Amino acid sequence: MNAPAPTRAEREAALKGMGFARRRTEDARFIQGKGNYVDDLKLPGMLFGDFVRSPYGHARIKKIDVSKAAALPGVKAVLTAEELKPVKLAWMPTLAGDVQMVLADGKVLFANQEVAFVIAEDRYIAADAVELVEVEYEPLPPLVDPFKSMASDAPILREDIKDKLDGAHGKRKHPNHIFEWVVGDKEATDRVFAGAPVTVKELISYQRVHPAPLETCASVASMDKIKGELTVWGTFQAPHVVRTVAAILSGIPEHKIRIISPDIGGGFGNKVGVYPGYVCSIVASIVLGVPVKWVEDRIENLSATAFARDYHMTAELAATSDGKILGLRCHVLADHGAFDACADPSKYPAGFFNIVTGSYDIPVAHLAVDGVYTNKAPGGVAYRCSFRVTEAAYCIERIVDVLARKLNMDPAELRLKNLIKTEQFPYKSALGWEYDSGNYATALNKAMETVGYSALREEQRRNRADFQNGKTRTLMGIGVAFFTEIVGAGPSRNCDILGIAMFDSAEIRVHPTGAAIARFGTKSQGQAHETTYAQIIATETGIPADMIAVEEGDTSTAPYGLGTYGSRSTPVAGAACARAARKIQAKARKIAAHLMEVGEKDVEFDVDRFQVKGLPEKFKTMKEVCWAAYNNVPPGMEPGLEAVDYYDPPNMTYPFGAYICVLDIDVDTGSTKVRRFYALDDCGTRINPMVIEGQVHGGLTEAFGIAMGQEIAYDATGNVQGVTLMDYFLPTAVETPFWETDHTVTPSPHHPIGAKGVGESPNVGGVPAFSNAVIDAFAHLGVTHLQMPHDAWRVWKAAQKLGLVG
Amino acid sequence: MSADAKVRVAMTVNGRQVSAEVESRTLLIHFLRENLNLTGPHIGCDTSHCGACTVDLDGKSVKSCTVFAVQAEGAQVLTIEGMAAADGSLHPLQAAFHEHHGLQCGFCTPGMITRAHRLLQENPHPTEAEIRMGISGNICRCTGYQNIVKAISAAAETIAGLKKEEAAE
Repeated sequence: MNAPAPTRAEREAALKGMGFARRRTEDARFIQGKGNYVDDLKLPGMLFGDFVRSPYGHARIKKIDVSKAAALPGVKAVLTAEELKPVKLAWMPTLAGDVQMVLADGKVLFANQEVAFVIAEDRYIAADAVELVEVEYEPLPPLVDPFKSMASDAPILREDIKDKLDGAHGKRKHPNHIFEWVVGDKEATDRVFAGAPVTVKELISYQRVHPAPLETCASVASMDKIKGELTVWGTFQAPHVVRTVAAILSGIPEHKIRIISPDIGGGFGNKVGVYPGYVCSIVASIVLGVPVKWVEDRIENLSATAFARDYHMTAELAATSDGKILGLRCHVLADHGAFDACADPSKYPAGFFNIVTGSYDIPVAHLAVDGVYTNKAPGGVAYRCSFRVTEAAYCIERIVDVLARKLNMDPAELRLKNLIKTEQFPYKSALGWEYDSGNYATALNKAMETVGYSALREEQRRNRADFQNGKTRTLMGIGVAFFTEIVGAGPSRNCDILGIAMFDSAEIRVHPTGAAIARFGTKSQGQAHETTYAQIIATETGIPADMIAVEEGDTSTAPYGLGTYGSRSTPVAGAACARAARKIQAKARKIAAHLMEVGEKDVEFDVDRFQVKGLPEKFKTMKEVCWAAYNNVPPGMEPGLEAVDYYDPPNMTYPFGAYICVLDIDVDTGSTKVRRFYALDDCGTRINPMVIEGQVHGGLTEAFGIAMGQEIAYDATGNVQGVTLMDYFLPTAVETPFWETDHTVTPSPHHPIGAKGVGESPNVGGVPAFSNAVIDAFAHLGVTHLQMPHDAWRVWKAAQKLGLVG
Repeated sequence: MSADAKVRVAMTVNGRQVSAEVESRTLLIHFLRENLNLTGPHIGCDTSHCGACTVDLDGKSVKSCTVFAVQAEGAQVLTIEGMAAADGSLHPLQAAFHEHHGLQCGFCTPGMITRAHRLLQENPHPTEAEIRMGISGNICRCTGYQNIVKAISAAAETIAGLKKEEAAE
């Protein structure tokens, strides 16, 4: 007897398509120690490079003597800027239209800046040789405080461009000024503020932090001089862009360059940019003709490659006395460090910071951002967020809380009153974005109901009374944040990097036996692309996800794409994936019709098969169609079953969410205990709920780290402080709170499968939720703002200032 | 003796006898990764904080970035590569990390699983708080730990079940 035919539900389950909590295909290698990260790579004759770095934040270089280092047995070469000048690589262009020293040329501009590159037989000898390079410095006055950058007596940092009045983004006002970026209607906004019944203003700083993925940045360059081919393995979130940049910089034709991003141990924005280490390993391999590896250590990682944030935001809101927001005004002083190496789409020097009107229906707004140089490391990357979106979300979510205090209104109630209404979508914001879809009030109401918001406020009232009466030394804080992200960069009309439009791509090849390989222009750093892209293809084609291999990161095999950052993989490459899969389905339908000898219009796709409409027992499975694609296609049709799609998104996507944090502060120690954290995310269509939940857990933990402890600080002389994991706070399992996750689903109307992206939402929404909760604990005492990070020392100082502790 | 003078070290790694000439300053992590090509344990911080380099040394979890290879002379060393059974079947911890989505980028995973393995030797039935404390020397930047805790807890139950079966036989 034949086994009974599988039910539709069984066929769907076998497919493991979209919506299924499919276990990850990439896990097998990682749980057995068989991942393949850059530092795992070993090539015959490979040498190891290491940097001599500046001990000064600002100094002139009088002399570099490499003779002792070069004489050390095992040392093969020592590169300085002088060696890089003949190949025009002492400086390199940045993604932000500036230039950056690869190796210090005449002066150093930040502590731990790359000064010389030593290449030796192994990393121990290289480290020995670094110690032997003698550099004579003449210290110069350091510029650490961005608020002093444009003072008339400020030391001029960038002598290379001191007379250049025009920067990459227009007029410069001072030799230390990079750009001014202005958006919105100033006159109308000023008018609203002049007549508004209530206004608030607060300087909200988002401290300099670092993404600190567990794997640091690394590269291995291998120049084959016979073939004239360069291969570079590296920690690249955007391998195709790296190849294009490498071709432009080196003069090696692009088809002779192969960039490979193997497994990447976390990125979070740290691995978007191009760093001196990559360039030096390439130059060294070209010069020496053997492979050269460079791996930064943790101190180098935290102090030299890609900081994030460092935004000083003066925000103002105008409102009616009953809490209707009338306008927003904002000025940002952006500390970019010594070189403008921000990784933003070219036309956006402050990223998408103009999402700063947030989730609220604000009729009029004005924003101005001034970018300035300081003696700090370059970077300004999007640390698990879209470009400057977490800064914007922090700014608006903090200033809305400030307004709530001024109005003596509940912060959640004030938000509900001003949220963009469902019927207003697509919503045009005052600063120029078109939000695609949202159900904001539904989300916030659900969050408030789930946590029992009014009961929590009641408990807080009792807690405050008890504190007043000396019955407790703990203050309770409740933080609410409602965020809207803008991700999926982006449409070619406004998004490009170095002139390359920010599309992304998918290529699917189906094999005769009904298995497939799919390749993408993106690059996972832990986001589970190998698992989730296969799920999209499974649902769209009927090929089981387990029969689909997903590959990324090798420029010789993958189609060109702009890489993975800014939550763009699902919104852009995920769309390309669905569209390529639909092309496969369309061709497969024609073949199925041919096999069943019916018209194409009489055939319908059903899970894993094509069936005749009204006659479901008459069908051909996708597996059968795949075989036929290679031996029995309709007359005139090309054999084979492949598709490519390059997707230029019509708009960004706008994920949103409502987060509520409840915490208790021991005022005598300043220590904070997160009692409850509830995160409701709406990322549109959900491809894999297990992966989404994991992304939310991780992003919230990063947000917790930022809000409660992370800071890359500089002292007055320009020394960078706290750049080992001894000082830089990466939460362990002990400090990390338990995360409650929830969701609503509001699909994106313009995305082929309605998905919006989720990986960065929890960082964007998490930071203001924590910060608002800490500040809320002191709100009844008149506190409107406290500077992050809210570590025990700072919180204790705040309590002390209020006279709560002796 | 200078730090770069060569010495011979011998130890048992994942049940296999190994020996090599190394500089006396060679760190155990480099010996494992460079000499033995065991690239499962990783280097994440150089200062003993992150735990990506965690291996088992004579029945204790150690951070192999701060142990010299010569300190492991004669020792029994277990790395992630030695966790699966000889027939290739996964250790319950490896299976549980997969089942409960206890990993994302995978960089901390070898150290995390190796540490969890020792934790479950020290305390076969840990509470959630004990698990969190027990892995607090291992940093993960991706998962927020919640699913790691879940995976270790599930593996503890599986191992206890297997032991019961063994005892019954």
